Amino acid sequence: MAAVKSVEIVSAGLQTTIQDLGRFGHGRYGVPPSGALDSFSLRIANRLVDNSEKSACLEITLMGLQLKALTDVCLAVTGADLQSKVNHQPLQMWRSHVLHKGDTLSFIGPRSGCRAYIAFSGGIVTPLVLGSRSTNLSSGFGGIEGRSLQRGDYLFTESPQAGLSMAGRLFKPRWIPKYPSVWTLRAVWGPQDEDFTNKGRRTFSHTVYRVSSQSDRTGIRLDGAEIQKKNDRAESIISEGLISGSIQVPGDGQPIIILGETVTGGYRKIATVISADLHVLGQIKPGDGVQFAIISLEEAQRALAELESKIRTGCSDSQEGLPEHVTF
Amino acid sequence: MKNVMRYPKPKFRLMGDRGLLIELGNGISPQINKWVRALFIGLERCGFKGIKELVPSYRSLMVVYDPLVCSLNSLKSKVIAIWDVIDEAQLPSPRTVEIPVVYGDQYGPDLEWVAGYLKITPEEVIRLHTQPIYQVYMIGFMPGYPYLGEVSDALVTPRRDTPRTHVPRGSVGIAQKQTGIYPVTSPGGWQIIGRTPVCLFDPAGTPPSLLQMGDRVKFYTIAARELEAWPL
Repeated sequence: MAAVKSVEIVSAGLQTTIQDLGRFGHGRYGVPPSGALDSFSLRIANRLVDNSEKSACLEITLMGLQLKALTDVCLAVTGADLQSKVNHQPLQMWRSHVLHKGDTLSFIGPRSGCRAYIAFSGGIVTPLVLGSRSTNLSSGFGGIEGRSLQRGDYLFTESPQAGLSMAGRLFKPRWIPKYPSVWTLRAVWGPQDEDFTNKGRRTFSHTVYRVSSQSDRTGIRLDGAEIQKKNDRAESIISEGLISGSIQVPGDGQPIIILGETVTGGYRKIATVISADLHVLGQIKPGDGVQFAIISLEEAQRALAELESKIRTGCSDSQEGLPEHVTF
Repeated sequence: MKNVMRYPKPKFRLMGDRGLLIELGNGISPQINKWVRALFIGLERCGFKGIKELVPSYRSLMVVYDPLVCSLNSLKSKVIAIWDVIDEAQLPSPRTVEIPVVYGDQYGPDLEWVAGYLKITPEEVIRLHTQPIYQVYMIGFMPGYPYLGEVSDALVTPRRDTPRTHVPRGSVGIAQKQTGIYPVTSPGGWQIIGRTPVCLFDPAGTPPSLLQMGDRVKFYTIAARELEAWPL
């Protein structure tokens, strides 16, 4: 087993970071999970190259990444369709390929979705920080020096030679997510839904909100009808724990969906996005529409079981019944 | 002002299908916070399978669990079972951590303003700030950031009208009844009265945070040249 310098970053793009499934168990010290915003795509990408689901990948935001293989590597690209190209030829996503020494892989810009993921067989090797390789940008640790990638960075991957035989695996085409421009997110009421008026709760569940350009890895800010709280409730609450998917409503009544970069906060949460839809949050981009569908806890649990089953069973080596080039 | 009190039994609030917020009281008090700590330590020690994260705060404990490993009902039963037998005498006693601070000048650019606002001398501000032993109610907002309470009534000051975009790491601030320390350089709206050379958060450390929920903090003054020569 040896980490090999296998990839050079030629152009880093808008924001490209190293992420895995996140950093857990240190929330008590104020350390947020970070991690891939679309964990579904990251897990599938890892499975397509026969990695552990927890291996570190690249998360590419919208556009601009260009990288060059320094040795033959097996990789898979999943998530948003950012028009990925190998030496100017379109690359089939949701399938593993060999990128040969000297080949370049580039991401032109979004056709649908917001973030793409690249898994390299063996996984990207960086020091583990508090049990994870995820990049925490605001505190500056994890990944490469706690920052976004820059031109001239190198990626080390574990034993690239060993993974080359994995090329050709693919994810069931009919299970590949479609990324619309208006999203319906399933959510469960609480923890503070009773602090809002009936009218406020109705506003929340009936409005199509617009994603603000202020959104980033910390949260998705929404603009739309104001969600009314009860008159006798103060502007803020006593600070308490937050998880990704918490839907905060600050004083201005405009909801914010919290992503994995914050562990505590002092605003009310009207509802929480269900686990099975969390991965979708990574694909929502400024200008998109968002509406919420309130469901029960039991429905949320069934949805999660269904998603997990797709992740477990959706990747195969067989290419039967598939055209040579699938266009998405 | 309403009476701050502990609920007769924990109040459960759902955070989707993988989070449980356990609220123990209706406000901020050292006693309620002690109960949060007791429940936190109890859950930590019991080794219940499926708990991914425990985040204690002023008056509640957030549990993030893996719904594929444990059920909400089994988790709630475990919490009640622990709650019923909590024995404060069994808890590890809190540590007291002493934190050196250079007050004023370039390290505490708001010290003069605060003194003027309170109509006392800067020396009196420093005396009031270093006198109490503060309780660490929680760590949050950013890695290693302690929520310390409470400052003397004679030191209660509003936040700055215009937050700074760049508050240097180690800055010691006050706002209303709270005081805190910035573990990394960040934006911030608190009145900055001093700076500590001590590192509050080191991701390579075990634990990574200098302070933990439940600790006690005492500030003491050092000279500027001591700050510059502080061994890191």
